[in-house]
Amino acid sequence: MNIYVIMKRTFDTEEKIVIENGQISDEGVEFIINPYDEYAIEEAIRLRDDNGGEVTVVSIGDEEVEKELRTALAMGADKAVLINNEDIEDSDQFTTASLLAAYFEDKEYDLILGGNVSNDNSTGQVGPRLAEQLDIPYVTTITKFELDGEKVTIERDVEGDVEVIETSLPLLVTAQQGLNDPRYPSLPGIMKAKKKPLEEIDYDDLDIDEDEIEAKTETVEIFLPPKKEAGKILEGELDEQVQELVKLLRQEAKVI
Amino acid sequence: MNFDLTDEQRMIQKMMREFSDEVVAPGAEQRDKEKKFPVEIFKKLGELGIMGLPFPEEYGGGGADTTSFAIVVEELSRGCGSTGITYSAHVSLGGAPINLFGTKEQKEKYLTPICTGESLGAFGLTEPGAGSDAGGTETEAKEENGEWVINGSKCYITNASYANHLALTAITGRENGKKEISAIIAPTDAKGFKVIDNYEKMGLHASNTTELVMEDVRVPQENLLGKKGHGFRQFLVTLDGGRIGIGAMAVGIAQAAYEKALSYAKERKQFGQSISNFQAIQFKLADMAMKIELARNMVYKAAWVKDQGRSFTKEASMAKLYASEICMEVCNQAVQIHGGNGYMRDYHVERYFRDAKLLEIGEGTSEVQRMIIAREIGC
Repeated sequence: MNIYVIMKRTFDTEEKIVIENGQISDEGVEFIINPYDEYAIEEAIRLRDDNGGEVTVVSIGDEEVEKELRTALAMGADKAVLINNEDIEDSDQFTTASLLAAYFEDKEYDLILGGNVSNDNSTGQVGPRLAEQLDIPYVTTITKFELDGEKVTIERDVEGDVEVIETSLPLLVTAQQGLNDPRYPSLPGIMKAKKKPLEEIDYDDLDIDEDEIEAKTETVEIFLPPKKEAGKILEGELDEQVQELVKLLRQEAKVI
Repeated sequence: MNFDLTDEQRMIQKMMREFSDEVVAPGAEQRDKEKKFPVEIFKKLGELGIMGLPFPEEYGGGGADTTSFAIVVEELSRGCGSTGITYSAHVSLGGAPINLFGTKEQKEKYLTPICTGESLGAFGLTEPGAGSDAGGTETEAKEENGEWVINGSKCYITNASYANHLALTAITGRENGKKEISAIIAPTDAKGFKVIDNYEKMGLHASNTTELVMEDVRVPQENLLGKKGHGFRQFLVTLDGGRIGIGAMAVGIAQAAYEKALSYAKERKQFGQSISNFQAIQFKLADMAMKIELARNMVYKAAWVKDQGRSFTKEASMAKLYASEICMEVCNQAVQIHGGNGYMRDYHVERYFRDAKLLEIGEGTSEVQRMIIAREIGC
């Protein structure tokens, strides 16, 4: 089985976001594998262990991403691929999906896994866009994956409810929290990670033009959400409270 | 010169940091209170291949370096001092002498179960009359029909209740009234071997500290570890490595205390503002951060010198001495910043404070470290 995982390097969940000169500063920031992608990597490793085959983790970014790719190899993935996009100026989800589609063009794949969303931009677009470009079926926010010969049975999270879907390979899925419990990389895994293949591809090497993958969106402004202020507790008779609440919603919060 | 960790060291640090936050730290307070040994944690560390971290792969070890060992000890100790000391003693006192001085057969038989985590590592050195002064050793091993017959007792031995075997020092002969000391590997379930676990300690309550009593314990002659009469020299080398572990443990506990103090200072409001706005508190926190950074650098340096295969006695002593003393200072100030709350168990810093004290004592007191450094600099 040829299993691929698309992985993103993101800010550690604990990091505080700092904006400098209109950009999000990554000065001194700790990076991690996007937590949803970690579920995808774990599921890929388990599927490989049960069914044989190979797990390749693919990421896009600069050389620093090698660190997270090595971690994926330490967890048990077999190969890693880094598509270097440092020379691309404007990049968005369309760019990312297009680069991946160009990479997958000449690959044999049975299953592609990714995270449901990234913990930074949280668009959840890259997986579905890639599947569309590759013209394969996709299922998002999965919480259970079962393979029986050609048949795939999936449970997906739909706003707290469960939807059961039957489909077949080749397929792309995106992982939701609850799919599994990602392992810690073991010491032998860490010591072996360096010896596993990590291929770096420049985006120029892919059969694609820069204007074909130009971002479809433009970032106009980056700003932090307003500071949370202390809540207001209304007092008095219930009727008065309701009247006061409606008044405040109308005049202060301006939501009705 | 390069201060960056290698890829492996960085991955080990990240993995152990998560492991410590998620698995080790949550039950630390409870285990300390109930004096409950963290058996489950060590089972998991065994599964992750951490128990044999610095030992050769052919005996089931991980083949990692001493810096990685220091990183693991620091991260475990940050979560729970008892877990940290158990691990540090397991590797540097239990496994290391067998790895350094054992024959191939001894390593296969005694180092492999230490690497897999099947047995914890322990080392029988201290006696009621002998600590850093090995001359006070009273335990005696006599050769009889191809066997060693061991009689005597040991005190303050870490991990022995969970060790299948351990190396212990004993007098194996006398020349001109001078004791000849050797190390012998003894199975803890041998007839006449008693492990007593009933010390009342100040801290590190979840770690296992025992008394050993040997009454006509018979082990085969081949259980001699290293050369006959070299026991004293061997244990000096063993303790050098152990000091890097104690230094790393001190850095871990100090880091935990500092983190708790910093976050408490930001949250705690007095006179209408966070106490972290007051210079008196800021200076304490700045000093803590500085001392921890310096201690960590010294621990890493000692580990690096050891990995270069050079003599690291001085560096290991400096790392252990400095780190343990700043750990005590940092924990003291962490309790101080917490005020009355800091005196209470719920806020954890009082546990760090109690745990920290051992580090100025174990594996050579601060005074002994100063003697070693003085000797090393040519006094």
